[in-house]
Formats: sequence, structure tokens, C-alpha cells
Amino acid sequence: MYPAELKYTEEHEWVRVEGNIARVGITDFAQKELGDVVFVELPAVGDSIKATDSLGVVESVKAVSDIYSPISGQIVKVNEKLEDSPELINQDPYGEGWIAEIEVEDPKELEGLLSADGYRALVEG
Amino acid sequence: MAARKTPLYLRHEGLGAKFVEFGGWLMPVSYQGILEEHRAVRTKAGIFDLCHMGEITVRGERALEVLQEATTNDASTLPEGKAQYSLFCRPDGGIIDDIIVYRRGEDFLLVVNAANREKDWEWLQEVNKGRAELVDASDGMGLIAVQGPKAEGICRTLTDVDLGALGYFTHTEGEFAGLSCLLSRTGYTGEDGFEIYMPAEHVERVWDALLEAGGEDLEPAGLGARDTLRLEAGYTLYGNDIDETTNPLEAGLGWVVAWDKGDFIGKQALAAAKEKGVSRRLAGFKMLERGIPRHGYPIQRGGEEVGVVTSGTMSPSLGEAIGMAYVRADLAGAGTELEVLIRNKPSKAQIVKRPFIKPSVKR
Repeated sequence: MYPAELKYTEEHEWVRVEGNIARVGITDFAQKELGDVVFVELPAVGDSIKATDSLGVVESVKAVSDIYSPISGQIVKVNEKLEDSPELINQDPYGEGWIAEIEVEDPKELEGLLSADGYRALVEG
Repeated sequence: MAARKTPLYLRHEGLGAKFVEFGGWLMPVSYQGILEEHRAVRTKAGIFDLCHMGEITVRGERALEVLQEATTNDASTLPEGKAQYSLFCRPDGGIIDDIIVYRRGEDFLLVVNAANREKDWEWLQEVNKGRAELVDASDGMGLIAVQGPKAEGICRTLTDVDLGALGYFTHTEGEFAGLSCLLSRTGYTGEDGFEIYMPAEHVERVWDALLEAGGEDLEPAGLGARDTLRLEAGYTLYGNDIDETTNPLEAGLGWVVAWDKGDFIGKQALAAAKEKGVSRRLAGFKMLERGIPRHGYPIQRGGEEVGVVTSGTMSPSLGEAIGMAYVRADLAGAGTELEVLIRNKPSKAQIVKRPFIKPSVKR
């Protein structure tokens, strides 16, 4: 499961770009590796972050995992549904399980991300 | 050193298990998901591969004498057919391991934690000084646990042994799935259930027979669910909640220390600690604010550090984040509010009584 329209990071985040807004989540591979997600710590709307900064935390029953921001910019929206329903990340990682939306500061950063094929190669080796 | 595999490794692989290294063993952490496996054990039954656990037999005329010195509980009061929770302690009272002792005639079978097997073995030999016959039977012995409200019903179909008459912490030998086994009504989940010991070469057959007999009522469960289940039941985990730097009194395991049985290793230090009063206690707590406590997170009260988390998880049964922590003794009472430092953010928590859920073991 590697939707072709998305960009990916080596840390297993995905990015969906619409205009100057980038929606970010974790990949299907990442949610499977984590197992049942039971807690999500979201970033604060309005925060400015740099690429590779922590964008939040996803916790499964056993593991704590940082989510790293694929790009720099300002957080404009977060998926508050995850606070009560963290399992959305397992159920629909590329849809209802999105984590945050970032206003893209430098579109050039997007060019450094992996394509679906590139990410597939990384995961499947 | 490469992690060891239990006789059931291929079974786990066939079931699509995720593996984790634990105590030097490659063990299934989950199959269908920890939450699902946890629920299965609480509502029907789960089957666990515990072949990684160590088994040591203590035999001979002086077996009891050695055991009385080496363990904190009173093995002399243990009748044939009963099992007992006990501890090995260092001379300074630190816990070397927590164990189950089975009496089999004049002999004893000790079940020890996988990660402590070599350490326990060396230490026991030191204490023994050649008096009893010690055998590390771990490699030849397999162990499967079946836990949950439907465990007895499933196990009944595979044995003529009267399981209904087998009380909590008792055991018997008998045929199970056509093979000789030691059947014990014990567990680490807070549910009714059995631990079944057998020669390692029979483990796969017993596992298969159980899965077939259990059908939809029985699900394989991994170490992940074992951990959430034991934490809800308030049981300590060696290496997390207890270790050589903690003593039984701090850990709430004073009930396992038999003060009146005569001398045993660690008694003097523990008696002195009891006299003086412990400075910290292992307490259960639940989070009042969002966040999951994890092993090693500091506990504060008004900015002052007063303890440390030893175990924590999102409780699948309660839907709340729970944990255990060593906290300053005067703050260990139920109702006390503290803060757990989660990623440098103090989050409110409250001390609650252990266990978090009432165990439904057979009494």
C-alpha cells in the first residue's frame, strides 16, 4: 500500500500536497510495524517547525515512536479525532488517520522526498 | 550471541507472529495485535508459549534444607501438589529472581525467569555447596499456558484429570493430549487458567491439540498481551518492577517473606529494613491527564522528584493509562496525586490500589 500520489520519508511518514498545504501522516508499513496505536500526541496549531523536527508522538501498546516532520512550515491544522480515536491510524493510515497539515514554507523541500516507488524500494528492499 | 528459539518457533512463524528478543530468546510479541489478544484472554482464552522460562530441579534428602536457605518463602509448609510463589534474595535483600516452587514428593521444581536462568543456576550452586542434587532442566522442558475464562473448558477436552478439583496454585501429573504433563492451575494474567509443563519434544503436539480443541475460543497470545494482562492484575515483572536493587518490602512482596521459618539468605538485611521502615514503595497509579507512563519516566510532586515509573501501559480493559512506580513511602497511599514526567511535561496521575482489575482466578 503505497499510494502513487503521495510523497514519503525514510522515517515512514507520508505527505499529500494540495496547493501550499501538506497533509502528513504515517505509512501503512509504519502502522503495521507499530501495532495497535493507543495514543497520539499532536503538535500545536500555529507552531512553526523545521523539516525533521518532531511533529508529535505515536504510541502503540508497547512502543513510543516520534513522528518527524517531512517539511518546514507552520502547523495549520491537526487531526483532533486522533485524541479519542488513535486507532484511526491503524484503520486508515492514508485517510482518516492523517496527523497534521503544514503550510509549506519552501516547496523545494518536497523535491527531496521519496516517490511511492522509492519508498516501496526502501521498505521492501 | 544469537537469540534462542523455542520448540514452537515455526508455529509462531506460521501464525504470522511478530517477534521480539526477550531474555535471550526470540519470542512472539503478538500475532493478531496485542489488544485483540488481551481481549481474547479476558473474555475467552489465550494460549502462550512460555518455553523460554527456566526450570531447575532440587532433589535429594537435603533439598528442603537448601531451598529454605535459598528462598524467602517457607517451602516446608508446601504440601505435595501445591505450588508457591517465592523469591531468591541477595544477602543485602535485593531480589535475585521471583520464582514458582512446586513440590513433587521430596523434590522441588523451581520455575525461574528466562533472563535470570544462568544467574540463578550459578547462585543456587553456590548456596547448595553440594548438598542437594541440582539439575537445570530448562532445555528439556517445555511450558505452555492457557489462560482465560474458557481455559478449563478447553483443557477438559484433552485430559481425564479432574481439572475442576485442581485449585489455584495446585498441580498434578497426568496425561494431557495423550502425553505426560505436569498440570498447574497458575498464571500471570489475572485470569483462571493452567500452565502445562512437558518434555520439550512434546510441546508442538500439545500446542496443536490445544489450538484444535479451543477453536474460536482460543487465540495465540504473545508477550505484548502477557505484559498488559499482568500489569492490570498488578503482578510485578522482574527486570522492570523488581531487580537486585529493590527489596521485597519495597515491592509489596513482604507476604512472600517467611520471617519465622529460620534463617535464609537476605533475612538479616530484610529484618533491618523492616525495622527501619522502607523509604519507597511500589505503587499502582493511573493517569488523570493524557499520556502513557513508561518504564524510567520520573515521578514528581510539585516539581520535586519523588519516584520513578517501573511499568506503564494503556490498559486495554480499562481504557485508561496505568502504571506502577516506586514512590517515596509517605506518598504511596491510594488517592495521592503526583505528576509523571512524560517527555519533559508533568502530567497528573493518582495513586490507586493494585490490582487494577480484580483477578478472576479460581479460589
